[in-house]
Parts: sequence; structure tokens; C-alpha cells
Amino acid sequence: MTALGTDGARDAPPTMSGRRNLATALMPALTVAVSLLGLCLLWNLAASVWPSRAFPGPGQVWQVLLREAASGDLFYHLGVTLGRVAAAYIVAMIIGSVIGVLLGSHRRVDRFFNPWVILFLNIPALVVIVLGYIWFGLNEVAAIGAVAVNKIPNVVVTMREGARALDPSYAEMATVYRFGRLERIRHILLPQLQPYLAAASRSGIALIWKIVLVVELLGRSNGVGFQIHLYFQLFDVAAILAYTLAFVAVMLVIELLLVQPVERHATRWRRRPA
Amino acid sequence: MQPVGAVVPLKVDIAEKTFRSARGVSITALQDLSFEVRQGEFACLLGPSGCGKTTTLRILLGLDKDFSGSFQLPQGGSNRIAAVFQEPTLLPWRTVEQNVRLALPKSLRAKNLDRLFDTLGLAGMRSLYPAELSLGLARRAALARAFATEPAVLFLDEPFVSLDEQTAERLRHLLLTVWSARPTTALMVTHNLREALMLSDRIIVLAPRPTHVLGVFDVRLPRQHRNSQVMSDLLRSFHHRFPDVT
Repeated sequence: MTALGTDGARDAPPTMSGRRNLATALMPALTVAVSLLGLCLLWNLAASVWPSRAFPGPGQVWQVLLREAASGDLFYHLGVTLGRVAAAYIVAMIIGSVIGVLLGSHRRVDRFFNPWVILFLNIPALVVIVLGYIWFGLNEVAAIGAVAVNKIPNVVVTMREGARALDPSYAEMATVYRFGRLERIRHILLPQLQPYLAAASRSGIALIWKIVLVVELLGRSNGVGFQIHLYFQLFDVAAILAYTLAFVAVMLVIELLLVQPVERHATRWRRRPA
Repeated sequence: MQPVGAVVPLKVDIAEKTFRSARGVSITALQDLSFEVRQGEFACLLGPSGCGKTTTLRILLGLDKDFSGSFQLPQGGSNRIAAVFQEPTLLPWRTVEQNVRLALPKSLRAKNLDRLFDTLGLAGMRSLYPAELSLGLARRAALARAFATEPAVLFLDEPFVSLDEQTAERLRHLLLTVWSARPTTALMVTHNLREALMLSDRIIVLAPRPTHVLGVFDVRLPRQHRNSQVMSDLLRSFHHRFPDVT
């Protein structure tokens, strides 16, 4: 009897807290949905007060979105742009991290190259793109390279801070216990740089996709940027908005399904608030 | 278990180690520091804090190469070294077991560690992250890492500081237990005389800056006979030989 009683008592609280957990888990998502719905309503209201071809309502944009999706154009151009974003991101993160860690761990090298970093940080994206197309031709390598070059200085600056913050005691432990080169990178260096990698990625991916659109507008014959350029010439604002919103949605999904789970995995060892 | 073959003890002969401050002032930390630790012996470097004990250890660990002189680590058997640092220095992003296994050479990675974890009372904590351990438990994990590598020589840098006396005492006993299971040439740095008398076969007493050896105090009595009565006798004879050392 007593055993039964305690079992019952033990069973009750988890369901209660489980329900509460579900509610607290759903609250943020619900808030986001309501907030976005409010924005759509406001947009709809404004579009019906000032009806104009240059300011279509959400209904019209949705129609265009469906049409472009049915023809397959939407997914083709989204895919192409996403590919360029991914390629530029990978190139920029790898090169930027290597340079950043190098500068962060060698003070003399940093002193010499710091003016270069500042110079590249301040070259406008447009200039790099135009020069890239002039020097290397209107091709994919020039396009992705130009985007990466725009992003690399930002990655360098963030990763340099990360390398300066490295704890030497872990490196000394690795020396005493004779860790291999790859093991040092995997178990000592990367985990310490993780917050900086996350910061560089976050700010990077948003910047990169905006620059990719410019690159596509100036010198590619496909991708979201190309489509926006096309519809700009046709003065089709609904299509411009449809492509923009579709790509923003894709980036949101990537953030939720890729970036956040990866980050949760990378920080699993941190003590969570109980 | 004695390794076969000619075994050289730990031989230290540091002529000089100076630090240069940012303003260019040079401070001599160590001068003519030489001592020996015999094979399979547990030795302590005893001296007041700030007298260059950790500096000596860093040189022996190969972390500081800017000195004049030489030293020789035990050869034969495995030529690995292991260290227990002042801080546990466990990788916070790896579990206790991963931390221990990562320190092992590739050939020993899959080795059975049940006995070692059991002895140190860490059996239930292998899959925890270091942030989930108390300082005492983290220190045990650091000991496990050092002993798991089956080193030719073991260096310990005040491994029991900033613990309450009770926890420190329990850890000293644990250290003795794992050490006795596989007596390894060991050199421990400490400023705690009682700790040194309890653990070591020989105490190398250091004089303050520039550090050199003041004298060597051998404790020939087996550890299991060092009860409180014997300990106070040892303390008395130590103070008789080194009246200035507290």
C-alpha cells in the first residue's frame, strides 16, 4: 500500500510539470506567429488604403509565390542562391578562421597585418564584386570569391579575438600528454573557439546572402538576385517581394533546423540553468 | 613491477633560470639546482610558496625551455610523462572518461579503466562533464588521467591545494593507493610539510630565491607505519635538521 501511495505521489508532479513545460515551449512560437500575423494584417490594411501597383498586398504576393513555385522557377533560383551562399560561407569561414587564429596567436604578425585587415574591412562590397568580375571574368569562381573576400575580414577580426582568449593551460596539458596535431585542433582549439565561430557564422550568413544577391544582380544569369533584377525591370513589385520573402523563409528554416541544433550540440557540456 | 633494462633515475641539474620582466629587469629564479630521484621513488620538492617550485616543474615538463642546465628523465619502459597540475585542467567539453582516454597514447586508448575509476571512486561519474564535478572530484579525475597513461615519471604540482583538509586527506590516501598499485617515479611539489612527510620517500628541501637545494630528508619508514605518533617524531627530526623551514 505504501509503495503504491509513494508511486502515485511520484507520478503526479511530472505530468503537471510536463504540461507546463509544453506550454512554456509553445509560448515563444505562438508569440512569433501572432506577431507575424499582425504584420501581415497591417500590410494588408495599408495596401487596401493606398492601392498601387508598386505596393501589392500580401494576397497578391502569395499568388505570385504559388505561381513561381508551380513553375519550378522559385525552387531553382532559391537553390542556386543557396548554393552560392553555402560555398561563400564555407570558403570565408575556413580562410578567415585560419588567418584570424594565426594573427591572434602571433603578436608580431598581427602588428604587421593589422592595417591590411582594416583596409579590407573598409573596401565596399560593390568594389570587390566589380573588380572580381573585371579581373576573373563573369564566372562562378569570381562571384563566390568576391562574396568570400567581403566576409573574410569580419571572420578574421572575430577569430583573432577568439585566439587571444585561448587558455594556455589546455595547450600545456596537451603538450605534456603528447596530443597529436589533429587532436589538438579537434579537442583543444575548436571547442575553445566555438563561441567565436558561432558569432562569426551568425553575423556572416546574413551578410553573405545580401552580398550574394548583389553579385547575382551584377553578373549571373540565375539566382534570387537575378530574378529580382528581372522583375525590377518589369516593375513587378509582387514578384520581387515574393522572392525576397521566400529566401528569408529559407534562411529562417536553416537557422532553426541547422544552426540552433548544431549550437546546442556544441554547448552540451555547459551547465544549464536547472 | 620494475621495468626491465637499464633504468636511469630522474636527474636534474639546472644551472640557472632567469625571468626578464616587461621593463627589462631580470630576476634569477633558480640557481645551481640539482637533485636526483631514484627509480620508483616518490619524492617531494618542499619550499615556501613563490620559491620557484612550479618553475622547476615546468622546466621538467618541457613547457619552459629557456634555461641553462640539463635534466634527464627516466628512460626504459614507457618514456611517457604525466602531470597533475595545480588546477585539474580537464577539458570542460569532454566527459571525465573522454578526458582520461584522450591523454592515453593511441595503443592504450581502448584499455580497460574500470579498476582505476573504481579505486578513485569515479565509477559513476565517467560520463559527467567536469563542470558537474566538485573540485575534489575533478582532482580525482586529473589523478586518473595521470595514472592511466602508465607514465615513466609522474609530476604533481600541489595537487591538493584549495581543498578543505578532510577532502585533501582523503585524496592523499587515494593517491597512495593508486600509486602503490604501480609504483612510479614521482616528483611532487608542495609547501605542506605534513603532506610531504606522509607521502614521500625523500623530501628535497628548497631554499628561497634564487632557489637551490638546502638539503635532502629521507623517510625510510614504509608508509603504512606512518601513524600520528611516527609523524610527530618525523616532524621533530625534520625541524631538528631544518630549523628554518616551517
